[in-house]
Amino acid sequence: MSTLNPTAERFKAIALGTVPPAIGLGLFILVWALVSASTPTIPTPGATFVSAVELFSDPFYNKGPNDMGIGWNILASLERVAIGFGLAALIGIPLGFIIGRFRFFNDMLAPIISLLRPVSPLAWLPIGLLVLQKAEPAAIWVIFISSIWPMIINTAVGVTRVPQDYMNVARVLNLSEWKIVTRILLPATLPYVMTGVRLAIGVAWLVIVAAEMLTGGIGIGFWIWDEWNNLDVAHIIIAIFVVGIIGLLLEVLLTQLAKRFDYDAR
Amino acid sequence: MNAYIQLDNVGMQFNTKRGPFIALREVDLHIQKGEFVSIIGHSGCGKSTVLNLVAGLLDATSGTLLCAGREIRGPGPDRAVVFQNHSLLPWLTCTGNVLLAVEQVFGDKESKAQMLERAHAALELVHLTHANDKFPHEISGGMKQRVGIARALAMEPKALLMDEPFGALDALTRAHLQDELMSICAATQSTVIMVTHDVDEAVLLSDRIVMMTNGPSATVGEILHVELPRPRERLQLADDAAYNHYRHEVLTFLYEKHHKTAA
Ligand SMILES: Nc1ncnc2c1ncn2[C@@H]1O[C@H](COP(=O)(O)OP(=O)(O)OP(=O)(O)O)[C@@H](O)[C@H]1O
Ligand SMILES: [Mg+2]
Repeated sequence: MSTLNPTAERFKAIALGTVPPAIGLGLFILVWALVSASTPTIPTPGATFVSAVELFSDPFYNKGPNDMGIGWNILASLERVAIGFGLAALIGIPLGFIIGRFRFFNDMLAPIISLLRPVSPLAWLPIGLLVLQKAEPAAIWVIFISSIWPMIINTAVGVTRVPQDYMNVARVLNLSEWKIVTRILLPATLPYVMTGVRLAIGVAWLVIVAAEMLTGGIGIGFWIWDEWNNLDVAHIIIAIFVVGIIGLLLEVLLTQLAKRFDYDAR
Repeated sequence: MNAYIQLDNVGMQFNTKRGPFIALREVDLHIQKGEFVSIIGHSGCGKSTVLNLVAGLLDATSGTLLCAGREIRGPGPDRAVVFQNHSLLPWLTCTGNVLLAVEQVFGDKESKAQMLERAHAALELVHLTHANDKFPHEISGGMKQRVGIARALAMEPKALLMDEPFGALDALTRAHLQDELMSICAATQSTVIMVTHDVDEAVLLSDRIVMMTNGPSATVGEILHVELPRPRERLQLADDAAYNHYRHEVLTFLYEKHHKTAA
């Protein structure tokens, strides 16, 4: 059938893997160029690129709290996400376990969760500002509350989906509740937990930009707002790309991590 | 004489969405220590239910179940179960799976090294030493089933309960494992209850064959004593008159007296 030799085969595979995305990207830039040609306030792709090179030539300068490099802003946002998300994992995953394992807690907490989960994360910001008095912890609070739901829910679902066979093994062996949790529920649920974690980090990264726009200080969200006030549209577009790329990286990282815990896929 | 496992007038009723379903009624079964008993019957008659009642995974709705003179209340490591679908934990190696069971039984008496020794010995018994550190997804179906048997044997249970342990295996692997099981039972003098739907398997392995009537409300139909001398050789038995007589008895029960009309 195919007369291609192995090298040519590989070349073909690489081409098939790179050409379509390249075309997509090219079209995107073309549309962008057309839009910027008709709307003078939108900078061209070329101008944006030049601006980006300049911006990233010194990402970590520090000229006082109101003028820091984009690198510091990104790190500040990542730190907030890490803290809020970490706290949510610390509370959400065990809570999910309890809800999944004990009917009573499920029945007790299910109505509250169903009620609070659909609330827009930013609706929690005033409460955070009110209770915590400061912008910084309030932003973390918003991350916490928005990323906790996927972790609670996925963990709880995972626990209820543990195959009855495994539970029968636990019963025949007379495992203690502690051993049931550590030796059976935890490993059996881990793929579900990882799904929750992955969804949660996506939400957290989504929300941080909006939260920081409202709270101010330092962070990629506030940086965008700041550049809007400076009317530096190129910087705003760069920030959009930065947010997108970091979100993508977080997603890829966690997908890779999740794969390591998936026993069926190994 | 007191039997080791004793079921008296046992009934089992499941409460389903469409009302109560009587699976078993008036099941009487006395099993002596060291005996190998098979339960055979058509699909859905309640063989697994009987086994799960003895295992303690199900609670009978009526009657009494005793093991070693004591009422069966819930499962316990004294009655090890070999599950039909092996039920190995995929995140543990073969050794890990066996060790989990060993730790439950010998955890407070023995050192870690001794318990690891036991786990390895059990795997050696089923000729799986080479797979000690493999994960379940890395070994074949027959090997998984053998790990399941090793896990049960490693607990040194008073009774071994097996639900169609070889059901999912090909004929060659099945024959091989049957032979292994026979020699293990001869060596350990285990009390075994095995659910099967394979007539040859039942006759080859059992001291007694419990034949169940069709459900619903199934019960013990007949009990056949298989008085073939041990050790039993499958090749010799193939032309053995007594063996074929027992085989015929079971087949007659299943296909003449209690023929299953297509549901
Ligand atoms: N948890 C349950 N709830 C309701 N009905 C059940 C339940 N478990 C078993 N049954 C019913 O009890 C009957 C006996 O089931 P059981 O699993 O013991 O059959 P079996 O003889 O092991 O069949 P097979 O050879 O197909 O494994 C069946 O009609 C089944 O539908
Ligand atoms: Mg069954």
